[in-house]
Amino acid sequence: MIIGDLKNTDEILDSIDDAKKVLVMGCRGCVTICQVGGEKEVALLASQLRIGDKARGRNREIIELTIERQCDAEFIEPILGKVKEVDKVLSLACGIGVQYVSDLGLPTPVVPGINTTFLGVNLDTGLWKERCQACGDCVLEITGGICPIARCSKSLLNGPCGGSADGKCEIDPDVECAWQLIHDRLKALGKLENIERVIPARSWATSRDGGPRTRIREDLRSISREEG
Amino acid sequence: MRLSYPTNVKIVRVPCSGRVNTIHLLKTIEEGADGVYVAGCLEGDCHFMEGNLRAKVRVEHARELIAQMGINPDRIRMYNMAASDGPRFAQVATEMTEHIRQLGPSPLYTGSGPEWPKQQDPKEQIEDNNPKPKAAAG
Repeated sequence: MIIGDLKNTDEILDSIDDAKKVLVMGCRGCVTICQVGGEKEVALLASQLRIGDKARGRNREIIELTIERQCDAEFIEPILGKVKEVDKVLSLACGIGVQYVSDLGLPTPVVPGINTTFLGVNLDTGLWKERCQACGDCVLEITGGICPIARCSKSLLNGPCGGSADGKCEIDPDVECAWQLIHDRLKALGKLENIERVIPARSWATSRDGGPRTRIREDLRSISREEG
Repeated sequence: MRLSYPTNVKIVRVPCSGRVNTIHLLKTIEEGADGVYVAGCLEGDCHFMEGNLRAKVRVEHARELIAQMGINPDRIRMYNMAASDGPRFAQVATEMTEHIRQLGPSPLYTGSGPEWPKQQDPKEQIEDNNPKPKAAAG
């Protein structure tokens, strides 16, 4: 799941300062699940902005709308009329949603209301941790289901390093050493021999080092063309 | 107990203070209320285990949100009282009213609502609430 954090209020106020009509737009995807950009959060932020405006005697219209997903044309197209009506869209979706709505070629500027932070898991109410960096070449099969890229501070493929002490990472005593976790998991799985397996230097072209990534699946595209 | 409390306090009944959400508190302020308070049961006495503790967290959140907008966060408060404690209910209603009176009208006050009430003596209030029939002229 994509995790996000609400932006600082002053930053949000600055970004919509020149708009006379603002659409606060939520997304029912990941940001609803991590309780930062769903219907409830849209209502709270919109109400908060209205309170600020009214207190300053500012006559600005703040409207609310939450759609199924901001990263899919089929959900955005039906609401394009609403987007055209306003001076600015304040999107509480992740960076993908903000860009997708911006890319539709509408004259309305779309500004982000949240910071997209990482791809992670919800461990408890209000607690999320990073689990994946979308590097494009998964090694979880060797490492017992614990990702050394996302969870080791150095993204070491052959760890641990000398900074591992009592199962913790040297960068912070609260950060667990991913390679200690991998060791313990492999032991529990009876696959400790994997720890001795040397993972060769890999190509990072599948990750961000190869530039922005595009994925094309001809099997799906050909079906879409046939139906199209 | 014929207890009186200020007439400006409007009660919104909920099954438990845990039903109160942050948006409910913001909406009251947005729509021009000068203040709002949540009257929850005593801590540790919630029939639903932690409803009043959840309300406490939400009240704190609502206070932060209005403070960010330049509104005095003390316009939103949480009070705890036993459901059977009528005198405490009346005392809190009076205390909150006095507190809000000191803060003055909400900055969102548009002038279209009722006049800002003048301070009333509790004795006068009782009389106001129970006006004596006027003697017929003649």
